[in-house]
Amino acid sequence: MTTATLPLDVEGSAAPPRANGELVFAAPWEGRAFGLTMALADRGVLSYDAFREVLIARIAAWEADHPVGECFSYYGCWLQALEQVLASEDLVPAEALVARSAALAARPAGHDHDHGHGHDHDHDHDHDHDHDHD
Amino acid sequence: MTEVEDTVDPTIPPALRAEALESLLLERGLIDTKTIETFIRTYETAVGPMNGAKVVAKAWTDPEYKQQLLADGTAAIATLGFKGPQGEHMVVLENTADVHHVVVCTLCSCYPWPVLGLPPSWYKDPAYRARVVKEPRAVLAEWGTELGPDVEVRVLDSSSEVRYLVLPERPAGTESMSEEELAALVTRDAMVGVTKVQAP
Repeated sequence: MTTATLPLDVEGSAAPPRANGELVFAAPWEGRAFGLTMALADRGVLSYDAFREVLIARIAAWEADHPVGECFSYYGCWLQALEQVLASEDLVPAEALVARSAALAARPAGHDHDHGHGHDHDHDHDHDHDHDHD
Repeated sequence: MTEVEDTVDPTIPPALRAEALESLLLERGLIDTKTIETFIRTYETAVGPMNGAKVVAKAWTDPEYKQQLLADGTAAIATLGFKGPQGEHMVVLENTADVHHVVVCTLCSCYPWPVLGLPPSWYKDPAYRARVVKEPRAVLAEWGTELGPDVEVRVLDSSSEVRYLVLPERPAGTESMSEEELAALVTRDAMVGVTKVQAP
């Protein structure tokens, strides 16, 4: 259902999406979660419509019940939906993801932003709070 | 309804989970970094409301195009080169002095990406999604859009089957403006229907 390529208007003469008052992604990981999903859909690894069903259910579940004081995170729901779809299709088992997350968290301080693929998001947010190395 | 499950401990920071997911998918050969980057960059910088603004300005200045746009939104929008994911089933609705359309996605955040880019956070917010259906006039008033009692308000629920774009009213006093000048007036919010386009 997705097109293989995106025919785009990139002339840039008009305002970019952020001109209407806010950034498209509030944090780099939101963009990663979005980009991963679209890349998987583009390649036909997952169906966007099937993903959307899980996203809808995830959002409804949050609205029905969530910890007191927790703010709604759209891309938080998105990431959880993606994790669920990939686990149910046995493409990325949950245990593998938990183990990899732990391995990444255990990196020495200073290595946590070395993503190695040169994307240029601002990294001026809470560097001091990402990891606890007691 | 689809069951949800916390497949992964949700207390692990999302930045770590997203990075872990990416590294595992790369190892498995299911994605490549370039495609991910392209999608992110595309929706961060290249696709956005300026596309929809061009559609609106053309409809304001070209009656034949406007007719096509209202008859078959997807096809008319594609003639300007705007197509892609989430733009497959476009319906364009005209706001007039008598009828005001406003768009929501009550279930999630269906939104016409090729013409508006990714949705702003207020569009995804549970409060907007619930309230605009129940009390559209009150929500519109909070946006500064006061509508007389004689104006019919129609709330449209976007879905995977159909995605709506509002064709706002052309403001008075813009008769001498060019299509390009008009496009610069058109805002994302007006194309969702929460505001009107203001004359300069």
